[in-house]
Amino acid sequence: MKKRTFGAIVLSAVLAASLAGCSGGAMTEITDKETNKTETASGSEEDSKDSIKVGILHSLSGTMAISETSVRDAELLAIKEINVAGGVLGKQLEPVVEDGASDNATFKEKAEKLLLNDKVATVFGCWTSASRKAVLPTFESNNGLLWYPVQYEGMEASKNIFYVGAAPNQQIVPAIEYMNENYGKKVFLLGSDYVFPRTANSIVKKQAEDLGMEVVGEEYTPMGHTDYTTIISKIQDVKPDFVFNTLNGDSNVAFFKQYKDAGLTPDEIQTLSVSIAEEEAAGIGASYLEGHLVAWNYYQTTDTPENKKFVEAYKAEYGEERVTDDPIEAGYDAVYLWAAAVEKAGTTDVDQVREAAGGIEFKAPEGTITIDGENQHMYKPVRIGMVNGEGLIDEVWSTDGPVKPDPYLESYEWAKGLSNVQ
Amino acid sequence: MKTMKKIKGTTILAAVIFLLLAALPFYMPMFRVSLFGKYMCFAIIALGLDMIWGYTGILSLGHGVYFGLGAYCMAMYLKLEAAGGNLPDFMSWSGLDRLPAAWVPFGNPVFAVAMAVAVPVLLAVIIGYLTFTNKIRGVYFSILSQAMAMIMGTLLIGSQAFTGGSNGLTDFKTIFGQDIHAPVTKIVMFYVTLLVLVLLFALCRFLTGRRVGKVLIAIRDGENRAGFAGYNTANYKVFVYALSAFMAGIAGALYVGQVGIISPAEVGVVPSVEMIIWVAIGGKGTLIGPVLGALAVNSLKTTASENFPELWSYFIGVLFVVVILWLPGGVISLKEIPGKIRAKLRLHREETSSAEEKIPDKTAVRSK
Amino acid sequence: MELFLMQLFNGISVSSILLMAALGLAVTFGLMGVINMAHGEFLMVGAYTAYIVQKLFIAYLPAGVFDAYCIVAILLSFLVAAVLGFILERLVIRRLYGRAADSLLVTWGISLILQQAARSIFGSPNVGVKAPSFLEKSLRIHGMLSLPYKRIFILILAVFCLFGVYWLMYRTRQGRNIRAVMQNRDMAAALGVNTGRIDSATFAIGSGLAGLAGCALTWIGAIGPTLGTNYIVDTFMTVVVGGAGSLLGSVFGAGFIGIGGTAFEFFTTASIGKVLIFLCVILLLQFRPKGIFAVKNRALED
Repeated sequence: MKKRTFGAIVLSAVLAASLAGCSGGAMTEITDKETNKTETASGSEEDSKDSIKVGILHSLSGTMAISETSVRDAELLAIKEINVAGGVLGKQLEPVVEDGASDNATFKEKAEKLLLNDKVATVFGCWTSASRKAVLPTFESNNGLLWYPVQYEGMEASKNIFYVGAAPNQQIVPAIEYMNENYGKKVFLLGSDYVFPRTANSIVKKQAEDLGMEVVGEEYTPMGHTDYTTIISKIQDVKPDFVFNTLNGDSNVAFFKQYKDAGLTPDEIQTLSVSIAEEEAAGIGASYLEGHLVAWNYYQTTDTPENKKFVEAYKAEYGEERVTDDPIEAGYDAVYLWAAAVEKAGTTDVDQVREAAGGIEFKAPEGTITIDGENQHMYKPVRIGMVNGEGLIDEVWSTDGPVKPDPYLESYEWAKGLSNVQ
Repeated sequence: MKTMKKIKGTTILAAVIFLLLAALPFYMPMFRVSLFGKYMCFAIIALGLDMIWGYTGILSLGHGVYFGLGAYCMAMYLKLEAAGGNLPDFMSWSGLDRLPAAWVPFGNPVFAVAMAVAVPVLLAVIIGYLTFTNKIRGVYFSILSQAMAMIMGTLLIGSQAFTGGSNGLTDFKTIFGQDIHAPVTKIVMFYVTLLVLVLLFALCRFLTGRRVGKVLIAIRDGENRAGFAGYNTANYKVFVYALSAFMAGIAGALYVGQVGIISPAEVGVVPSVEMIIWVAIGGKGTLIGPVLGALAVNSLKTTASENFPELWSYFIGVLFVVVILWLPGGVISLKEIPGKIRAKLRLHREETSSAEEKIPDKTAVRSK
Repeated sequence: MELFLMQLFNGISVSSILLMAALGLAVTFGLMGVINMAHGEFLMVGAYTAYIVQKLFIAYLPAGVFDAYCIVAILLSFLVAAVLGFILERLVIRRLYGRAADSLLVTWGISLILQQAARSIFGSPNVGVKAPSFLEKSLRIHGMLSLPYKRIFILILAVFCLFGVYWLMYRTRQGRNIRAVMQNRDMAAALGVNTGRIDSATFAIGSGLAGLAGCALTWIGAIGPTLGTNYIVDTFMTVVVGGAGSLLGSVFGAGFIGIGGTAFEFFTTASIGKVLIFLCVILLLQFRPKGIFAVKNRALED
């Protein structure tokens, strides 16, 4: 009998040892909360130390790693540059990197860990809307700060998130206007089956109605869908003037390879993609994408002195064959924007940083971007580009200057009814 | 006498684990406590899976479906409560202007909790009855259940207006009127989960000790023989399958309250396989093994990915391979190692002491 | 009519791709009973091999012979995956025969390791592979009815592999030995078959077929660390619905899922199409619990 129990005790001792080592139990937190309600998760207490912890939360494994690892790289680059230049408030930045593993619940878990355990001053991260929506309650209830680097479907403005990517009126809406003027009125909507494409397309449908355009098809494919021949047949059957493409990740590769196989060219039926940037283009292969259109705020070829410097620094850090693109640039900008806001506020306290952030300008690689203090999105220029033979993107059209962000599309008459939130 | 001993060892282990869990909030920070709350939900699923796999020999690769059904039922209630009478946000941007009829009764918490249990059980009874009376067995059942997980994931994503699509359901505010982010609420949910885990553990303990448990093991070891002995094996299988679905459903409902999100990524093919892994690593066919497995694998995963965000997949992958290859009985079989070493030592002593006179015996032992 | 014919061709084409991807699994899972969750990663290994071969061709050989890379890539992707499969069988799979569930878990672990290894070696983003130029066109028959050469090539390749496996399994001594070992290991061993060597060789062949399929997949889809995850469930369905252990079953399974799936997709949507075809698989299993072409066996328990 002793022998058996011995084993059991060893096992439980191992378990106990693994659990111990953390002190300050949750029970004390409850009593703390009741006596001293003012303390927030992140912020002022960090000011006394000589480094500032910042969180980086992206998928480094799983299906989304194909896109997110490069954004992490750009964020780390910006942190490194800032540290070399003397840091923020005279302190060095100390990045804490976490893997969201392409899973919403993991994103939430890691966000909690960054805010509550590491007590980071801010977090740069997320890619999919799903991951952003998953961490949003965590950031709101703990008063944390998230800088989100990707274009998205809008209909959101949390006071705990700064949206560095494009709002719908800075990408989707002008892109449809451009296509309507230059390519025609029959549009085929194709997207991956998740929230961004469906919501983006519900915006497009309203806009198309307003512009007198005709939606001749609307298809969604499951994530990881590998065969597009059926959909391409449908496209050939209805002969649209252009395809509005919101496919994501691997699906784009399959779609464009098979699009070319079917004998379709951009001259015959043009496509406009909003989720294909330089990095995705490299993964698809330039020969399959040449001549197709994309809409973003930034390209590697964007002609500004800041961009020249950024592309050089990025390639020097990570290799000559690496490319920069819009979300990568936005991730890079996000770190600088936060640093500027902290310098202005004189503290990393979330409320004061938010207060200070409105109106901050940054000479970004894409041109000057400004934080809109009201909805915490950015004023950004809009650019339509065409993929060239090297897999880079040449600008074919752009707005005159930065466009004011309008996440709820309130300035458009036709968009009424899309959001009854706020 | 011998069985007596065995029961004692695992009982003590179970008691130690549950006591450690109960004491957790006193020595761990809040967010770790919530994590363990999540792991305990996983432990409940693992316990249920062990009943059908470890005891009955049916490998289900689709329990994410039942977990998901339980979780979504609960999440619908939480979402409605958070929306406070308005249309949940995702519905309006998905083009709905009225609450779908199927959602309406979920405003009632009692109904939601009842459904979180009833829906998985009902589906399990239907699926189980069909497949088991049609004698779908072995890997065919496993792959069939995997198809179910795939269907479930695709359906949830595809009907965004009703389920929130790939975002899932999140951003809850209150549960039964209490602030869902308040530490007190979280502690209460933690203890409720622990209580449910202990109760279900006791239930499984009770069942496996009765004749039902013996019949299940008989089905695992020789289904046809059990049938010839006069037992309607299909009925027993349907029962245990529904039981495990019931437990997965409860786990789902508890999970949503604590984690605050449920999305298709948590119910598809991959999480369903992970559930099996908890059971295998812990030790299938023992009740405390899967509980230990779920807790240990998940804490390890968290620790590894926090410390090595780039490389943790290697650790987890190697761990699976090593444990399954060298510890087929799971971590729980470690408890037999001291005994084995002692037996070896005794053998060795006997061999050396009696080497001269008992040479034939020695070769007999060796060749074994 | 044109649309119907085009759609029929699409269905057949998807079936041939599925068959290619599933043939290796039909060997490792269907014949050997290893629930090989790392099968998808063998596809990935083949795809990355094709990528490397292409890079080497671009770097070291004149542009004129570029198209020849596809022959080298096909052979090498088979070889590399086969060698990897051989090593894996010797080190790990060997210990798992007859433990189907355990083989699932171990190969799951291996698939995690291989995915992460691909990420460490090639980076997370997808890499681009260009198909040889003679495959880049399509055979335009009439109007919109055009058959891409790639698809025709993959179809031929699939048929070729199928007959290769058939010939190996049913027309050679080696194949007879393989079948003997899979049916009754002890009896085969007693009759002088070196079962250990047969196991390694069979698993290597199955893995090699997966690698070859991976090479073909580079022409129509994405090449990245998670390539395998897109195919793993579909390939298992293919093998199971036809009946594990039966080559004809896998052909049927591929045709059923490929043609049925594209037809459903055409009349509904891609998501609903996928749901419907999997529901059909579940329904079909209700009537034929061991697949359509179940191998007949008099044993009571198996």
